[in-house]
Amino acid sequence: MIKFFAKRLAMLPLVMAGVTILLFTLLQFLSPEMRAALYVKDPRQLSALEQVIQKYHLRDPMPVQYWVWLKQVLPIGAPADGKGFPLQFKTPDLGYSETAKMPVFEAIQSFFPATLELTLMAFIPIMAFGIWFGTLSAVHKDKFVDHLSRFIAITGYSLPSFVLGLLLLMIFYGKLQYFPPGRYSLDIDMLVHDAAKFNHYTGFLLLDSLLNRNLAVFWDVLKHLILPGVTLMYISVALLVRITRSSMLEELSKDYVRTARAKGLPERVVVGKHARRNALIPVVTLSSLLFVRLLGGVVITETVFDYPGIGRWGVNAAQQLDVPGVLGSALLSAMLFVVANMISDIVYAVVDPRIRVQ
Amino acid sequence: MKEKLQEIWKKLRKKPMSILGCCIVLSFVVVAALAPVLAPPAPNSRDNYLIPQDGYSPDPVKPTLADWYGPKAVKHRFGTTEQQYDLYYGMVWGTRTAFQVALSVTATALLIGILIGGLAGFYGGWVDEVLMRFTDVILALPGIILAVVIVAVLGPSLQKVLIAVAVVAWPSYARLLRGDVLSIKEREYVLAAKALGATDLRIMFRHILPNCIYPLLVVASLELGSIVITAAALSFLGLGAPLGYADWGQLISLSRNWILGSSGNPFAFWHTLFIPGTAIFFFVLGWNLMGDALRDILDPRQK
Repeated sequence: MIKFFAKRLAMLPLVMAGVTILLFTLLQFLSPEMRAALYVKDPRQLSALEQVIQKYHLRDPMPVQYWVWLKQVLPIGAPADGKGFPLQFKTPDLGYSETAKMPVFEAIQSFFPATLELTLMAFIPIMAFGIWFGTLSAVHKDKFVDHLSRFIAITGYSLPSFVLGLLLLMIFYGKLQYFPPGRYSLDIDMLVHDAAKFNHYTGFLLLDSLLNRNLAVFWDVLKHLILPGVTLMYISVALLVRITRSSMLEELSKDYVRTARAKGLPERVVVGKHARRNALIPVVTLSSLLFVRLLGGVVITETVFDYPGIGRWGVNAAQQLDVPGVLGSALLSAMLFVVANMISDIVYAVVDPRIRVQ
Repeated sequence: MKEKLQEIWKKLRKKPMSILGCCIVLSFVVVAALAPVLAPPAPNSRDNYLIPQDGYSPDPVKPTLADWYGPKAVKHRFGTTEQQYDLYYGMVWGTRTAFQVALSVTATALLIGILIGGLAGFYGGWVDEVLMRFTDVILALPGIILAVVIVAVLGPSLQKVLIAVAVVAWPSYARLLRGDVLSIKEREYVLAAKALGATDLRIMFRHILPNCIYPLLVVASLELGSIVITAAALSFLGLGAPLGYADWGQLISLSRNWILGSSGNPFAFWHTLFIPGTAIFFFVLGWNLMGDALRDILDPRQK
């Protein structure tokens, strides 16, 4: 077991190296001058172009550029003053993101909790609703509920998130004025960033507002989360409903279910206690992959709702070729991918003892 | 091969949903084919895909009954969107763009996927290791971010969007094919072919590929919808075709500034979003229904 997870954990640096090398290779399509110009925003500083090229070794071959960047980013390296042991721990320098107007490290710290909060807002209802509805449509196979679940699934797959998001905004923001875009209203924004009145314990505003006993903030943040949450949920719930349904159908056709029914157990017990527990094994495994998919799907949703998270930042950075921003958000998502896969394996071993024995 | 196709067709006919899917896709084919008749381009137009613009006022205009029956000189059957682009023309010619995107991206991604997955599965060893780790790296990035980087680096245009989406889409095909090739290459008929002295190329294309192509085609037909959505998302982010090109994703992005309507009338410009949104929804729905039915037929485990 431990060996298996150590092996998976060892994949993490490899995947992250692969992702960054891939992005660096892509950047070679741009000329050194073009890439240097990305760092120079003021036309009066154009004379500094050559300095930037020198600083980042932009004219050197790609492996050299990558090495220069890696030395900057790695948390271990030679000490700045050259004294002491040649390898020491240091804070990683991911650079400055022009699109976020702050250092990449800070940007990740401020955007990531927002994205995680939104993703959880969609993830938890998806799990609850997906499992409930999937079971229901398996039990009532080929009845109205089953057809309804099929309909939800197929329309969910077919509706682009930006169309659904804009439609929801049109109705619930334009017409009804219930749910505005963004992360908080203007007055709440001021309040949240006032250090004397609001403590940031976790970065999750819903949780922080409760810890600060500030219901106004809680209510406002919740109102901003509902539309993007619903959008994410609708386009992703289909997967879970369908998987639960097919897994339930398989379990319900097994012999032990027939035995349980023959014993005279009520149907509620047969379905809820016998069949569903076994049917949930593939569902639980899939759920962590669903979480990764949600984090990917959040990109467009955040853009539509102007929600300040990792996805919107990543897209903005990529559009404007803000190199440190792109690398930072890509590193983060690669890390999440590997970690989520690992969690999926662990959960799999926990819910299915057979895996542990093998 | 021919019998197999006939069998598929026979089963396909029995499913009402798949017939609905086929009908939807077919009607889009008809619109795409008849585009020059349905929305004749101006005689002096440079490129048929450029949507005619009526004046330079930024505001969209709603369609009226006069646009369908009345004596209006210039008829905008679906109204106009931002900057007075004719929505009807954009929708009709955009159908062609949608097919172009869907089919060319799927074909390219399938080709790359078959090549890489096939090589990895067939040769195994370090070839497999290198190719599959490369696949993992691409899968580790959120597809849309990688696609946006590619388009941003290459410069925005429709062709670049096609390239970017294909680059993002092939890894799932490669993985699937590799698994199937791995199991099929152990079969005895492959060994027999090897014993007869068949070349690697012949074994691959004659004995292995025909036996594992169907699952791949099913997945391809199921993914076709999501490919269209990804490409439209890139257009929506403003990375696709130049402004005024007949492309549904772009028409949706043009509606973005108008979803709040005018003061006192929140739904004043609903048509700018609703019309292209409906088109893209039904297009993807049609392919999904067809893919779903294909999967039911070709994958007996689902029954």
